[in-house]
Amino acid sequence: MKVAFYPGCVSKGACPELYVSANAIAEPLGLELEELREAACCGAGVLSEQNHDLADSLNGLTLAMAESKGADLMTICSTCQGVLSGTNYNLMNDSTRRHKVNATIGDQGFHYSGKVKVKHMLWMLFEDIGLDRVRAAIKRKLTGLKIAPFYGCYILRPEEYLGLRERPERKTYLEQLIALLGAEPVEYRGATKCCGFPMLTFNRDKSLAMAGNHIIEAKDKGADLLVTPCPLCHLNLDGQQPDAARVLKKRIDVPIFHLPQLLGLAFGLSPEELRLDHHVVPTKGALEKVELKV
Amino acid sequence: MQFTIEVGRYNPEGTYDQRAVAGKPFPPPWDKAPPRRYQTYTVDLPAHAVVLDALIAIREYQDESLAVRCACRSAICGSCAMWVNGHAHLACKSKLATFTKDGKTRVEAPPSMPVIRDLVADMTPFWDKHHAVKPWLQAKQPEPPPMEEYRVPNAAMEELIQEVSCIACGACLMDCESFAVNPDFLGPQALAQAYRYAGDPRDAETKERLGAYSGPGGIWDCTHCYECVTQCPKGVAPLEQILKLRRMAVDAGFTNNAGTRHADAFAESVKHSGRLNELTLLPKSVGFFNILDQLKTLPSAFNMIRAGKLPPLIHKSIPGMQRIKTIFQRVGGRFK
Repeated sequence: MKVAFYPGCVSKGACPELYVSANAIAEPLGLELEELREAACCGAGVLSEQNHDLADSLNGLTLAMAESKGADLMTICSTCQGVLSGTNYNLMNDSTRRHKVNATIGDQGFHYSGKVKVKHMLWMLFEDIGLDRVRAAIKRKLTGLKIAPFYGCYILRPEEYLGLRERPERKTYLEQLIALLGAEPVEYRGATKCCGFPMLTFNRDKSLAMAGNHIIEAKDKGADLLVTPCPLCHLNLDGQQPDAARVLKKRIDVPIFHLPQLLGLAFGLSPEELRLDHHVVPTKGALEKVELKV
Repeated sequence: MQFTIEVGRYNPEGTYDQRAVAGKPFPPPWDKAPPRRYQTYTVDLPAHAVVLDALIAIREYQDESLAVRCACRSAICGSCAMWVNGHAHLACKSKLATFTKDGKTRVEAPPSMPVIRDLVADMTPFWDKHHAVKPWLQAKQPEPPPMEEYRVPNAAMEELIQEVSCIACGACLMDCESFAVNPDFLGPQALAQAYRYAGDPRDAETKERLGAYSGPGGIWDCTHCYECVTQCPKGVAPLEQILKLRRMAVDAGFTNNAGTRHADAFAESVKHSGRLNELTLLPKSVGFFNILDQLKTLPSAFNMIRAGKLPPLIHKSIPGMQRIKTIFQRVGGRFK
């Protein structure tokens, strides 16, 4: 299946392990990734909060690029998903906004008519690729691992942009997937909460407390690791975890996996191929539970 | 129809966590929050019954010791906001049939507020925040005072209909993630009201307001998680109002803060390379001369470098940059 692949800035920046692992699992999932190399940053909500027209035009251009490829757009980041879903929703439902965008990008050879679906890889697994295909690709069950899902705000809220009212099951895909891979999903409040990353630069200690509290809650419920479809959450939950532990004055030490890394492990790829050795919090303990070493 | 309700009851023998102080919200994790035990009741009600119907039925016919705060029963007075299955909702607007999960509905006072008894939370922190934003009109007073009322164009007030719809139930604050870690944050309800007055053409103190809201605990302490938008029973969408205040504050010149620096650095990076330059974003947001806060970020930066989680040192632009530059020139506003 051909998809217009929008990897997002962070997977090509501070979370290269996400980009590598997403590419590594494309083949077993039957995904033909046509990367949108000329697409700009989605703005992560920061640009749209300051200037709607600017964010609409940049993201409208991205959507038009996907449309010209005749494919739906696949994200691997909850934030990209939320922002692009928001733009898509507004451009599809508000013809004035769509005309304005087309007037801005028209002379650059692009036009957006509103036909593209924006879907996170997590949604595509269930809605396009199909669980049968996922099941068939599994070579190594993750039995014995207790895994806490961590969605990231923008793949859950606001519900109308993300189509969650029509498809409420999207709010449970991570838990379903964890069970499908043979592991046990951990139920805890933090799964749908904010990692604190958007505040990291304005209010560092509070942001870190937010991240740390959710990991500690999952750990108290027995989680061996957290899995997230959002690299921005990963930056706070993994990258800042030692600092979060310092702020909360508690030991944490819980590894955080990107969604494609978890799938890749189940598909039989090695931890190195998935760059599980490139995390701030070592993944060794969790991997040993499924008899793997890094 | 039979409904099973699990009610969080006040437990007089329990104790608050030692970190909790009266009048202050309870720090997370919330599953270890204030003293409560869960008591299960079964009620027989019509299929369309709401949570509040069940609570009133319990209090009237099964257990008169149950404390519930409610008045209008019509989603107007805002007094029955509480946690239903772990999120803040108006009990009078939440249908039991929709909320029943695994055969029951769990109802409790929000753990993010001190509890007076059973389902009655102490709303003092909420009202303190509400009053702190001066939620009243500070109108221009021409001399001599006009002989008729101050008229406002309809279009100006239409802009504020969303904010005027707030019934001060506190559901947004009860589920606010920033408030959960930062008791000083003014919170979504107060800031939505702040916009209601700052955005009113009759208000004469807009600039002073924007200055005050830009300080610690204000508009830049929101984590942008959309919980308030999801939980508000009246469609006020507080986060959207906070974002309007941010734009107004920047336009009014309140730019010496990490929030504005972050937005500026973000836009600059996208304008020059089409994507985010993570290496420069953080130091630019914190502020180059804010040495203390710069130092705080060093251990994390070191950890990430050691793990090989480093953005490319040479930040390359995306192909086709001319398109991005054209868009910035055309609609970039202050980022042109």
